[in-house]
Amino acid sequence: MTYNAARGEYALLSPETIWVINATGAAIVELCDSQRTIADIRAELRSRYEQVADGDVERFVADLVTKHGMEVDHG
Amino acid sequence: MDRPYGLLAELTYACPLQCSYCSNPLQLEDYRDELSTEEWQRVFAQAADLGVLQLHLSGGEPLQRKDIVDLVKSANDLGLYTNLITSGIGLSKRRAQQLRDAGLDHVQLSIQADDQALSDQIAGTVSFERKQAAGKLIKELGWPLTLNVVLHRQNIDRIDRIMEMAVSMKADRVELANTQYAGWAGPNRAELLPSREQLERAEVAVRAAQERLSDRMEIIYVIPDYYSKYPKPCMDGWASRQFTVVPNGEALPCPAAHEVARGLDLPPATVREHSLEWIWEEAPLFQQYRGDAWMPDPCRSCDRKEIDFGGCRCQAFALTGDAARTDPVCHLSPDHGLVEAAVEAANDPTRPRGSLIPRPQVVRLNLGATVTQGAKS
Repeated sequence: MTYNAARGEYALLSPETIWVINATGAAIVELCDSQRTIADIRAELRSRYEQVADGDVERFVADLVTKHGMEVDHG
Repeated sequence: MDRPYGLLAELTYACPLQCSYCSNPLQLEDYRDELSTEEWQRVFAQAADLGVLQLHLSGGEPLQRKDIVDLVKSANDLGLYTNLITSGIGLSKRRAQQLRDAGLDHVQLSIQADDQALSDQIAGTVSFERKQAAGKLIKELGWPLTLNVVLHRQNIDRIDRIMEMAVSMKADRVELANTQYAGWAGPNRAELLPSREQLERAEVAVRAAQERLSDRMEIIYVIPDYYSKYPKPCMDGWASRQFTVVPNGEALPCPAAHEVARGLDLPPATVREHSLEWIWEEAPLFQQYRGDAWMPDPCRSCDRKEIDFGGCRCQAFALTGDAARTDPVCHLSPDHGLVEAAVEAANDPTRPRGSLIPRPQVVRLNLGATVTQGAKS
């Protein structure tokens, strides 16, 4: 993931694709460290933001995993 | 106007391969005066300032550039994501390790076929074994591996076997891309365009592979636009998301726009005379088909104009001589008969068998000097 000052936005880069993501998305990606679970990430986000609905983090992560933008470590 | 996300840097048109579907221009001779190391480094720095995130290093064969490691290092230092698009020829163990140390993020390896004889025949050069070795090296050094397979009449029946090979090479991504008829593929179209039956079988094979291998790799299938009802949203619109700089420093809104650029009689937009920022924002070539003001009917009044942007300008130019016409692939185009005739010929059981024109082999001797061998255009 990269923050580009010229563009003023975060982006997740893969071989032929660029996903431009907002600040909340960037926070989720940063928290995906192959250690934390989805629940850990949701708890951490709830300590930072007021509204984090059940399923928000799952949807975001599942979407990126389906698109091969992220991998799940089942260990 | 948005800022560009990607830059395709075609570092050289020198290549040891002679694929007859090569997207490089027919006038290879005109691009011999290559940018120097310093000039490319300046281009990369300007690209990063412009907001470019991804740099695709291609050619020709980018490994023909002796300064490839320095170029990757500069791009990496600028924070650009670097992608090497290679035939694998010239990727020695030492070179690969140097590229890894320089920060190269990803390697895309071209694959012609799963069978040695056919692969070497399509490439016009003995290269199959070296490509296998390159694939192994890429994985050993921990890069993600993308295989790019250009599909055409001679290999499209082999998707199952190509995918078996991709599994054994531990590929992470496979692009199965039907030939686009730019560059050398244009004059070779009659020999490359598959039949409808071939395509139908191919699509079944691709879907089956995607289901079977979904947890292992990403499989991207680029459809053949000659057989579709509507054109592709080429480049997401002219000078919209990304652009190309070719070996002699000319900037193009699309990697196949060499001919369009000449045909328009506009001053070339070259990085030797202008900044990338000026080129992106001001160059007449980049303004020419940006947005939809240039569109003729049927595009102008079409509700799909925001979806496909009128299709491919280069294809319109190649087929009709006028880049401002609707892409003839579209069934609504007044020129669609040109595409229908090509499709009909490809499906004619009595079609005479011709031969493919190989792209000439261009060998790079040293910086700024290339020699061309083999068939002339």
